[in-house]
Amino acid sequence: MTVTAVHKDPAGLTMTLTAEFDASPERVWQLWADPRQLERWWGPPTYPATFTKHDLASGSRVEYHMTGPEGDQPRGYWDVLETDPPRRLVYRDGFANDDGTPNDALPRNEGRVTIEEIGGGRTRMSIESIFPSAEAMEQVLAMGMEEGLKQAVGQIDAILAEEKVAQA
Amino acid sequence: MQIVPRDFDLMFGALADATRRDIVRRAIDGEEGVAELADHYPMSFAAVQKHIAVLERAGLVTKERIGRRKIVRTNLESLGVARRLLDQYEAQWRGRIDRMTELVTKNPKENDE
Repeated sequence: MTVTAVHKDPAGLTMTLTAEFDASPERVWQLWADPRQLERWWGPPTYPATFTKHDLASGSRVEYHMTGPEGDQPRGYWDVLETDPPRRLVYRDGFANDDGTPNDALPRNEGRVTIEEIGGGRTRMSIESIFPSAEAMEQVLAMGMEEGLKQAVGQIDAILAEEKVAQA
Repeated sequence: MQIVPRDFDLMFGALADATRRDIVRRAIDGEEGVAELADHYPMSFAAVQKHIAVLERAGLVTKERIGRRKIVRTNLESLGVARRLLDQYEAQWRGRIDRMTELVTKNPKENDE
């Protein structure tokens, strides 16, 4: 298991995921910095991504599209807010119109990537995703639904039930 | 692809308040009415009533008349929807991490494409 921790906060619309790799921070950074490598993991095999413009310098815009099983090509972009290779990347991920301009009608989410060496040739990467609204999550999910749904049921229910017991 | 109801923002907005989350917890048992719930909080009955109305509009609780009392009950199904949405997002990132792992394992050196 490379994913070591997941924290989901439904009320705060935030998900933080931590993973560890048998690789150097520089190697992990390359997964983001090299568009050809990025294309091999950003989209699922059924919805591959193509990055047509890619520069991770702070203030740059990255442009990409996905290609769906029916030939549909939703377009997206990142606004790079913060870059500190190979440790830190903050970007805002949004949807774009067919001509590549940002579609302001659709919501965006912010990704905060932190990469750090943890010794033994291993590297920890954490990704914090912050959504401005539930609709934003819905839109993002619609682009990656082919991942298959994880069958974790009602964890909120369980958390609420536990706290209820603790209070009693 | 439509996977959640349109009024979803309403639900998250309702859950963003600590008092309302507490009401949702207490109402899981569905034993207390508005008056009993109001006793738990250092605020006016009207203020608690308002919180319950927000939760009701978001579909998180329902009110049910039993005799002279109005029982507040949490709608567990709508909470599950919020959870599922985050679960799907997690699944998407887990897929990505799996592919990243494969890439660094197959090509341990940088730019080894």
